[in-house]
Amino acid sequence: MGRIQLKQVKKAFGDVEVIPPLDLEINDGEFVVFVGPSGCGKSTLLRLIAGLEDTTSGSIEIDGEDATGLPPAKRGLAMVFQSYALYPHMSVRKNIAFPMRMAKVPQEEQEKRIAQAAEALNLTDYLDRRPGQLSGGQRQRVAIGRAIVREPAAFLFDEPLSNLDAALRVGMRLEISELHKRLKTTMIYVTHDQVEAMTMADKIVVLQAGVIEQVGSPLELYRTPRNKFVAGFIGSPKMNLIEGAEAAKHNAHTIGARPEHISVSGDTGTWKGTVGVSEHLGSDTFFHVNVEGFAEPLTVRAGGDVDLHYGDTIYLTPDPALIHKFDGNGLRIE
Amino acid sequence: MATKASRSAARLMISPAVILLLCWMIVPLAMTIYFSFLRYNLLQPGNSPFVGWENYYWFFTDPSFSAAMINTLVLVGGVLAITTIGGILFALLLDQPMWGQGVIRIMVIAPFFVMPTVSGLVWKNMFMNPVNGIFGHLTQALGFAPIDFFGQIPMASIIFIVSWQWLPFATLILLTAFQSLDQEQLEAAEMDGASWVSRFWFIMLPHLARAITVVILIQTIFLLSIFAEILVTTNGGPGVATTNLTYLIYVSSLLQYDVGIGSAGGVVAIILANIVAFFLMRMIGKNLDA
Amino acid sequence: MARAVSKNRKTLNTVIAGTLGFLMFFPIVWIVVVSLKTEEDAIRAPLEILFSSGWTLESFGAVQARSDYFKHFSNSVIISLGSTFLGLLIAIPAAWAMAFVPAKRTKDVLMWMLSTKMLPPVGVLIPIYLIFRDTGLLDSRLGLTFVLMMINLPIIIWMLYTYFREIPGEILEAARMDGASLRDEVIYVLTPMAIPGMASTILLNIILSWNEAFWTLNLTAAKAAPLTAFIASFSSPEGLFYAKLSAASVMAIAPILIMGWFSQKQLVRGLTFGAVK
Repeated sequence: MGRIQLKQVKKAFGDVEVIPPLDLEINDGEFVVFVGPSGCGKSTLLRLIAGLEDTTSGSIEIDGEDATGLPPAKRGLAMVFQSYALYPHMSVRKNIAFPMRMAKVPQEEQEKRIAQAAEALNLTDYLDRRPGQLSGGQRQRVAIGRAIVREPAAFLFDEPLSNLDAALRVGMRLEISELHKRLKTTMIYVTHDQVEAMTMADKIVVLQAGVIEQVGSPLELYRTPRNKFVAGFIGSPKMNLIEGAEAAKHNAHTIGARPEHISVSGDTGTWKGTVGVSEHLGSDTFFHVNVEGFAEPLTVRAGGDVDLHYGDTIYLTPDPALIHKFDGNGLRIE
Repeated sequence: MATKASRSAARLMISPAVILLLCWMIVPLAMTIYFSFLRYNLLQPGNSPFVGWENYYWFFTDPSFSAAMINTLVLVGGVLAITTIGGILFALLLDQPMWGQGVIRIMVIAPFFVMPTVSGLVWKNMFMNPVNGIFGHLTQALGFAPIDFFGQIPMASIIFIVSWQWLPFATLILLTAFQSLDQEQLEAAEMDGASWVSRFWFIMLPHLARAITVVILIQTIFLLSIFAEILVTTNGGPGVATTNLTYLIYVSSLLQYDVGIGSAGGVVAIILANIVAFFLMRMIGKNLDA
Repeated sequence: MARAVSKNRKTLNTVIAGTLGFLMFFPIVWIVVVSLKTEEDAIRAPLEILFSSGWTLESFGAVQARSDYFKHFSNSVIISLGSTFLGLLIAIPAAWAMAFVPAKRTKDVLMWMLSTKMLPPVGVLIPIYLIFRDTGLLDSRLGLTFVLMMINLPIIIWMLYTYFREIPGEILEAARMDGASLRDEVIYVLTPMAIPGMASTILLNIILSWNEAFWTLNLTAAKAAPLTAFIASFSSPEGLFYAKLSAASVMAIAPILIMGWFSQKQLVRGLTFGAVK
């Protein structure tokens, strides 16, 4: 079980309020991702749930019981840290065994769980090595193994992939998702990378300056961002946001069109512009287009074999059904 | 990373150290200040009347006081000059590529681990003794008259011994500082056409400035309290030629049992050390933020 | 990156540095040589001592017989080890607290602790002497152990603090998440990780206590006198017995010299309170 409820949770360091009172409900078995730019309070929120920081006010309930004052050890949660935080003086086996040793789990049980975790994480051959002798990905797995054997109510991940190189990150992303499918335990995952959020989450919590901007499934956030911030943050490349006369035509302060929702043509379209830098990814090409009358260049996606070059004239047509409209406060207009 | 629980645990854990150091500092300090205003001699039991600034008056007007102050300055200044300049040169030398660097470094550092009484006595008897000392043999072999080190140049001899002990300290710290110098900076300067001298003057020396300051300040703290080397070699003599402030206070309090005057001297020494400490603490404090 | 240096240049460096290094080291070599001679040989001219006299261990025996070297040696061991471990006992929790639960005033507390080290011993000699006289601690190993612990405590705390600060806080948090109590955290995680730092702290403090020569000379007479005071008893006229003086000196400095060589890297950090690394 792992249902976590935050009720009016607030955190202040001295006079500085990092998290204004906030409510959040995380259901049992959910994979929840906290995402936001650095300094948005997502890690602090995670640490409040972990018990590594005191809440200034409000309460945190785990499975219906008040855990606000409980020390981290008593909350039944496991955490994977950004730096992995492995114990450098202990072998992999001892690292994984440590939480069970603290909980005084019987020896045979410990060995059984270590074997299972090692099997699941491909660590069987490395059990007697020290963390210093492992690669980044292996260390990450040990950290996860150490979390699994606790059989926690929920897993907390604090930017666990940010120290890995790009290729490994994709692999580990899949492994963690698979782990979640298999264990069906609640997971709370903090990241600044919206791709991780989109690919892994059941539910994304977008944070900015300690405030929850929107909560929802990845597709909800993608399709109906509640405000300009979420619109710009979710999706890659970023949504094009256009202000001024063009927006006024749609009775909005700002309109948004995703690069993938703008069609490209060499001879006809709504907007006329010139091609700037183009990024060829093989399957797709992203054009940066300077449109007459727009303050910012637009990014558009075209197929892999569109033959347009720097300086060429280009015509763009946004899909009218997929244009997002925002008012003067940045809020979505339906 | 702090919760209320860990913060109160921290307070509990730090308190024994704080309480002990507080007592260690305040109790004797208060007593010294108190005694310095009393006429108090261990040889004259009975009441010890309050005499105001009298002890300070006696201490300052004692002819040995001005001698001791000058000696202290000469001793500290002399040793500082030798060890700092020598230390820079040694560090520069040891930073060069050579064979057996580790062994040479160990030899250079060794004197620092020799206890003060040993170095005092060994230098005095086995090297500086005019008849049987090595220096005596050396000057004789070269056809000069042997020098009576502790008779003719007592202060210079003490400075020499103390410098031998502290040169390794300066060398070690300056060498560490040298080794942390970014080689690319030097290479960039070389590309910019800087000669060796200008590289030393404009890049190495400024980089060392901080380490040099630390060496000077820390050594000063210790050098103000030089005691054992004087005790085993000259006993402050001949006359008061090698009596520094520390030794003078020792003489008045533990040899003449004049607690009052000794304490007044102690207060003077504390004030003197505090002036140096003030600057040292600022240096260290700055580093703590970095 | 290092450039190729001509072999001649390297040889020259080696010769100059080697000569200067040997000159610095020579007094120590010399007392080892003389300690292995008879008294009659020891006062001959240096070259004669080296080349035309026999070797003997008799001086070492004589020193032991004359002034009971082992008693002083054990005093030194007890006092320096005792003060170091006592200091460690008090310093570990304090350094832990300051490194891992820093508060607003942590820096001030640290600086204040350091400032106690700046107090000149002679400024507090009289009160300590009188307190010790009145409580019977004069010339006792217990009293001296306490004094040396107090004068080195700021250094111990400082060194441990700088080492502890290098341990990432996330590891301790991980332990907390893993269910470790404060006690478990210190025993199973912090202490093993801090062992190298603690070892050098211990080493440096043994060296400092071993060589401390103000309090040991002023607070002891016969019973508790460590090696510093034992050697001081060789100031004239016994100092003229070169072989015995040398033998005694060798025995007094050898253990600490060896420890010092092992701790030279940590020495810089300890002696500069982390101001130079």
